[in-house]
Amino acid sequence: MGFKLKTDLNPQNFRYIGKHRRTKEDPRFVTGRGRYVADIALAGMKHVALVASPYPSARILSIKTDAALALPGVHYVLTGEEFCAATDALAIGVDAPKVARYSLANGVVRYAGEWVAAVVADTRAIAEDAAELVEVEYEPTPHVIDPEEAVKDGSPLVHPAHGSNVILKKHFKWGPVEDAFARAKHKLSLRAVWGRSSTVPIETFGVAAQWDAGQQILDIWASIQMPKFPDQAARALRLPGNAVRVHFDVDVGGSYGVKRGIKHTVLVGYLAKRLGMPVRLIEDRLENMRGGDMHGPDRIFDMQIAFDHDGTLRGLKIRALDDVGAYAGRSPFQLGKPVTAICGPYRIAAIEYEPTAVLTNKTPEEAVRGFGQAPTNFALERTIDCVARHLKMNPIEVRRKNLIRKEEFPYLIPSGSTYDSGDYHTVLDKALNAIDYPALVKERDSARRAGKLAGIGISACLEPNGGNSGFEPLLNPKNDTTTWMDSCVVRVDLSGAITGVMGTSSSGQGHETLVSTVIGEVLEREPGDIRVVRADSLQALPSNSPVGSRMAIMLGGAAAGAARKIKDTLIEIAAHNLKCTIESIEYSEGNASVRGHPDQRMTWDELIAIAHRKIHQMPPGIEPGLQAKFVWEVPTGGKLPAADNTVQIYPCYSFEAHVVYVEIDPDTAAPVLRKYVCGHDCGVMITPDIVHGMTYGGIAHGIGAALYEKFSYTADGQLESGTFMDYLLPSAMEVPTITIVDHCTPSPLTTFGQKGSGEAGYLGAPAAIANAINDALAPINARIDTLPITHDALWQVIRGAASSRN
Amino acid sequence: MSEKLYAVTLDVNGKLCTAHVPARLSLVDCLRDELRLTGTHIGCEHGICGACSVLLDGEPVRSCLMFAVQADGHKVTTVEGLANADGTPGVLQDSFCEKHALQCGYCTPGMLIAAHALLQIVAQPTDEQIREAIGGNLCRCTGYQQIVDAVKHAAARLANDNSSAADKRR
Repeated sequence: MGFKLKTDLNPQNFRYIGKHRRTKEDPRFVTGRGRYVADIALAGMKHVALVASPYPSARILSIKTDAALALPGVHYVLTGEEFCAATDALAIGVDAPKVARYSLANGVVRYAGEWVAAVVADTRAIAEDAAELVEVEYEPTPHVIDPEEAVKDGSPLVHPAHGSNVILKKHFKWGPVEDAFARAKHKLSLRAVWGRSSTVPIETFGVAAQWDAGQQILDIWASIQMPKFPDQAARALRLPGNAVRVHFDVDVGGSYGVKRGIKHTVLVGYLAKRLGMPVRLIEDRLENMRGGDMHGPDRIFDMQIAFDHDGTLRGLKIRALDDVGAYAGRSPFQLGKPVTAICGPYRIAAIEYEPTAVLTNKTPEEAVRGFGQAPTNFALERTIDCVARHLKMNPIEVRRKNLIRKEEFPYLIPSGSTYDSGDYHTVLDKALNAIDYPALVKERDSARRAGKLAGIGISACLEPNGGNSGFEPLLNPKNDTTTWMDSCVVRVDLSGAITGVMGTSSSGQGHETLVSTVIGEVLEREPGDIRVVRADSLQALPSNSPVGSRMAIMLGGAAAGAARKIKDTLIEIAAHNLKCTIESIEYSEGNASVRGHPDQRMTWDELIAIAHRKIHQMPPGIEPGLQAKFVWEVPTGGKLPAADNTVQIYPCYSFEAHVVYVEIDPDTAAPVLRKYVCGHDCGVMITPDIVHGMTYGGIAHGIGAALYEKFSYTADGQLESGTFMDYLLPSAMEVPTITIVDHCTPSPLTTFGQKGSGEAGYLGAPAAIANAINDALAPINARIDTLPITHDALWQVIRGAASSRN
Repeated sequence: MSEKLYAVTLDVNGKLCTAHVPARLSLVDCLRDELRLTGTHIGCEHGICGACSVLLDGEPVRSCLMFAVQADGHKVTTVEGLANADGTPGVLQDSFCEKHALQCGYCTPGMLIAAHALLQIVAQPTDEQIREAIGGNLCRCTGYQQIVDAVKHAAARLANDNSSAADKRR
C-alpha cells in the first residue's frame, strides 16, 4: 500500500495544496537569471566539436588528424580507437549484449550523424574549424532504412555480431483471445503508423566536466533528465560511483524525456580526465537533430479488434513494430510500458500483444514523454473510431459503452496492473459539455454544407503514472530491476527556517514549488518561506529522476513523509515538556498546545530551540536537531512478473478526454484546429497552475506529432529534416486556444490523493486530432492513419478521393 | 596567427559596453560570452526558434543571425534590461509569474522581448495579435496558453497604471 498520512489532513481543508500559487522557479527565469549548462563558465574550460559520419553504414578505413591538431588552439582529437578501449560500452536494458554502443564509432559507422571523432579546442569556433580538417576515409556498406525490410532474412545487419536486426521480440496473451475472436460477431483490422518525431526541447543537450586529480573526482554539470545517470557515467568511465559528482542544480531547458545524454557525458568526462582540463560540449542544433540520439518512437501498429453488434469490445490484438535506430539504451522499453494500460480505459477481457524492436541505420531513439503510451493510445483510439464507423454508431456511444465504470475501480486489467481510481464517463461528459457538443455538431454540419471538410474528434486516454520499472523484467527476464525509489530530506534549522532537499534535476516541472507546497501543507507553515535545494549525486538520497510522471507521487510523498516525521518530533517534544500524552497535543501552524488547555502552549520557536540547543529538555531517544529523511518505493510495485506474464506496473492512472474540431480547406488541404477542449483528471492537483501548464504543453507536443513533426529519411539514409526549416515545431499560430476542464478522482494510494501528470495532453492529443481529421474526410470516403498527417499527405488523400469519384 | 579583432561599442540595457570581437562572432555569442549577459539563449542558430531575440533600437531581432560588428553603435535591450530601474521585475515579467507563463524558462527571455515589443505598439492586443507577435518564438513547455493570458494580464495592468497615473495628474 502507498504511504498515506493520517486522516487529520482533510482534502476539503487543504491550506496550500490545490490553490493558485506563484512558483518558486519563475522569478529567476523571467529576469534572465536561470543557470543552464551553457551559462556555466569553468576557468580554463575547453570546447568540443564533433566529426560526424555522412554515411548510414560504412567501415572506417582511416582517420587523419594531423591537419586538425596543427591548428592553433586545438588540444586534442579523440577517435573511437582510443576511446572505446578505455571506456566500457553504454548500458542497454534489453538482452542484446552484442549491440554495443559507445560515444564514438568503433571501426564502423551505423547511421548518418554518428560521432566519429571529437575535437577539443580553446573555443567552439576553433574546434569546428579543426573538425573540418579531420580526414576520415570510409568504405560504405549496405544499409537498411525501412523497419519492415530490416526484420526480413537477408537484410543488411546493423550489428552483425547480434545476428539479426531484431533487438526485442515478445508475444503476450492475456485472457481467452482466440475464443473472443471466434465468438465475436464483428472483427476489423487496421494499420496505424506513428511517425518518427520527438519532443525536441529548445535547449539542446549540454555537459561540462572537470577532473580534480588531487581529489580523484569528476564533477559533471549537465542538462540532464535521466535515471541512474551518475552511476552509468561512472561505470562507463571505469570509475567508482563515488568518484563522480553530478551537480543537479543546473536548470534544464526542457526535456520531456529525451535529455539522456549519457553518450555525451562519457565522452566529455573521458576528455576532461584525459586532458586534465575542464571540457564542455553543447550540441548545436544540427548535432542535436542527427547525432544527439533523441528521436522518439517510430512505430507501426497492426491492430485487430473483435466486437459485438452493439459495440461491446470483446478482444484486441496489437502487433507493434518499433524502429529504434542503430543503437539502443532504454528505448525498446517504450514497447513495454504500455502493457500497464494495454486496453486503455476500456473493458476488454482478452488481449494479445506482439511488440518487436528493430534496428535500422538511423539515429537512435531515446525515451520520449509517455514512454510509448502516446503512440499506443493513438492506435487504440483510431481502432475505436473504426469500430464506430463500421457499426454506424457515434464514436462517443461506443466509448461510453466500453469505458470502465466508476464503480468498477480498482480495476484489474488482463495484463496484471490495477487501475487505482477514475470516473471516465464524467470526464468525457464534462469535456463534451464544455465544448457544447450538440452545437458543435451543428457547426460542423454547417461548415460541410458551405463546402469545407470539417470533423470532430474524440479521444479517451489513460496517463499511467508513478514511474517504476515493472516492464523491465517483463521484456528482459535477465533484468531483475524492481526498485524505483525516491526520497527527500527536510530540515529545520536553528533559526526555525525550513529547507527541503531533493536529489535530482528538473526541467520545468516546478519541483521546488511541489516540495515546498507539500512540506508547508504538512507542517502548516508558509511554503513561500520554505527553501528547496538540490543535493549533488554524492550527497543525495536515491532518486530515479522525474520520469513516468512520478514526481507528484514519489517526491511529493517523500517530502510529506519527511515533513510528517518532523511534525511528529515536534509533537513529542511538546508532550514531553507540557507533561501530557502525545495524543493530547494539538498541533497548529507549528505551535503545540494541550487539547482543551490552550494556555498550555509551546511555540514553534520554543520547540526549535529545544530541538537544537536544549537536550536537557528533549524526550529520551529522539535525535537532536530537527531533520528527517524519507525514502520509499513506488506504491504497489516491486514484484517480478508472474509465469503468465502478468505484472503490476504503474500505480496510478490519470485520464484525459479530448474533443477537437478541425476544418480543412478542400482546395489547399490546410487543417485548422478551431476548437479544443481537454477534460482532465489527475486526482488532487498539488499546484493547479503547474498541472495545467504541462497539459497545455503536452497538447502542443501532440499537435506537432499529429500534424507537423517528422524525422524524415531518404532511401540513402540521410535525415532530410535536420533543421527547424524542415522539422516543424508548432508555434502560437498552430496551437489553438485550449480549454481544460478538471475533474478529480483521488488516488487511494498516495499521500494527498494526487496522481502524476507530466505527460498529460501529449497522450491524448494525437489520437483526437487523427480522429477529427478522419471524421472530416469521412464524407469523401477518404482516410489517413499515418502520423504526422502533414499538409501534403492530406492534400494527396483529398486529391485521391476526388479523382476516384470522377 | 589569430583572428583580427574589431572594437564594438554597444549600448546594452542603457550601459555602454565595449568588446573586441572577430567579425564572425554573432551578436548572441557576444552578449553571452563577452559581456556575460547569459539571459539571452541559443536554440537553433538559424533564426527560427526565437530564443535569442533581443531588441535592436527597440525592434525585436534574432541575435543569432546578426554579427556583433553589425550592432556597433546601436542600442541593444536584453531580458536583463526589462526590469524596472530599481531591479524589480517589470509588469510584463510579473504577469508572466502570476499566470505561470513559463516552465523551463529557456524560451522565456525571447518571449518577453517579443511581448514587450508588441505592447509598445499595441496597448490592448487581442489574442490573435498576441499569437502573431509571439509566433516567431517557439516554446515546447507551455503550449502558449498561459503566455497569451500573461500578456493580456500585463496589458490590462499597464492600462490601469496609465489611467491611475492620468488620474493622479488631473
